[in-house]
Amino acid sequence: MNFWPIMLATLAKDIRLEWRSKDALNAMLFFSLLVVVIFVFSFDPLAEESRHIVGGLVWVAFLFAAVVALNQTWARELRNQVLDGYRVSPAPATALFVAKALGNFIFVSVLEALMAPLFVVFYNLHVLGPAWQLIPVALLGTWALVVNGTFFAAMSLRTRSRELMLPLLLFPVSIPAVVAMVAATTNILTGENSAHFYIVLLLTYDVVFTTACLGLFETVLQAE
Amino acid sequence: MGCRTEPNTACGLNPRASLNRRKCGAVPAAPRLLAPSCAPSARLLLQKVTKTHRFSAVLRGQTNPRGALLLVTNPPTVPTGAPIVVVNGLIKQFGRFAALRGVTTEFGAGKFYAILGDNGAGKTTLLRGLAGLAHPTRGTISILGKTPQEACRDLGYMAHPSLLYDEMSGMENLRYVARLYGIAGDERCQQVIRAVGLDADLGRPVGQYSQGMRQRMSLARAILHDPTILLLDEPFSNVDVHSAREMAGLLKHMRDAGKTIFVVTHQASLLEGVADEFIWMQAGQIVNRTAQLDPLPPPAEKA
Repeated sequence: MNFWPIMLATLAKDIRLEWRSKDALNAMLFFSLLVVVIFVFSFDPLAEESRHIVGGLVWVAFLFAAVVALNQTWARELRNQVLDGYRVSPAPATALFVAKALGNFIFVSVLEALMAPLFVVFYNLHVLGPAWQLIPVALLGTWALVVNGTFFAAMSLRTRSRELMLPLLLFPVSIPAVVAMVAATTNILTGENSAHFYIVLLLTYDVVFTTACLGLFETVLQAE
Repeated sequence: MGCRTEPNTACGLNPRASLNRRKCGAVPAAPRLLAPSCAPSARLLLQKVTKTHRFSAVLRGQTNPRGALLLVTNPPTVPTGAPIVVVNGLIKQFGRFAALRGVTTEFGAGKFYAILGDNGAGKTTLLRGLAGLAHPTRGTISILGKTPQEACRDLGYMAHPSLLYDEMSGMENLRYVARLYGIAGDERCQQVIRAVGLDADLGRPVGQYSQGMRQRMSLARAILHDPTILLLDEPFSNVDVHSAREMAGLLKHMRDAGKTIFVVTHQASLLEGVADEFIWMQAGQIVNRTAQLDPLPPPAEKA
């Protein structure tokens, strides 16, 4: 079967469903907003301190928020057993996986675009390093979160407590990516060290896990 | 040359009637025009559908721009009665519970099978096995000489749930499914929606459909890619008697056009005179196959 038309149709369908329900986006947005506000009141950091801690705060907020979105996008496939409809079709499993991962990537990217100005304002941030490097860090870091998240969300889909299972499966696997994201962001914000190593690490992580997830997804999809 | 039909706009309805039709999702009666160049099976299907019920409305939507009838576009190649589905020693276990206990049987092409039995008899599991959704613990299933996964293009599956996205309209749902099967354009989607007696222009999301409309749309989804074999799980549940008879009539006509149809149901009386064979299941086994609907199934044989 032709991969691209099916992948694009599935992606368009997911975006249409999210646009109509706004389940994932609303949940992610409120969650991230709460994290920002609570940490601001908890720490009340100065500009210098902010530069050192905000990398961790940003990515932890996005990681937790992404989990909400990941659960939502697959839960939609369980209602009325529409996933079985996909399974009985000749459409390739990889098309579904790539569409879901891209959809989640778009949703989390939208969230990041909305939340980034708030982080700057609330934490009084001034980037001292090369600010453009935040773009590859954000793109690679977000893909690292959603590609594994999409895979493990599909894996935990049929478990009884999937909302609990997803973080239990996802967070340990995401540790190398989170370390790289936080270190790269902190280095760029403080301008003390180069973020180049961590960007390469993120790129490697993405390639390895995207390949692994694509290879294994057929088995996950067809599992009963 | 192909089948001729009147254009959709020539339905003879006033705007108010058209609005009402759109609100309720029903389709008005359609003219019966048929060109001699149509395939015999297609002509037979078209004539029978026209005669019997309000699904006759579908006729307006059953022709492509050139006029060729498309509801059955893929005439089966297997001769009627020849084995099309072969099940051999099929066992399906869920943990320690055996849902199917060594089912061995054959099903012929172009036949209408009604699968009956109590709850937990293994009807749905057998159907899911045929659809490739339940993997056998032991035993094999051969469909047209292939595994169910390989034969997925020849299978149309309608589950007890609708397999439809509640947030999208019927047309949007079918358009998406059509892409999964590599069907381009909206024409085929419109045809099958009309074939089940719904309005292709109905913009309401499926979540706001009545249960009967949802069942019809689910049937439209199953027949969208014109499969050789239809696997239908409880297609008449929560559907009023009149609509259920109409659905049974449509299925009968599809059988007449050469399709092999399996229907799991608790409403066996609806299929009396429609089904070729009634298959009785009990405790994960086929205990009897009868041409007529017996009032009671025979007792289960001890394995």
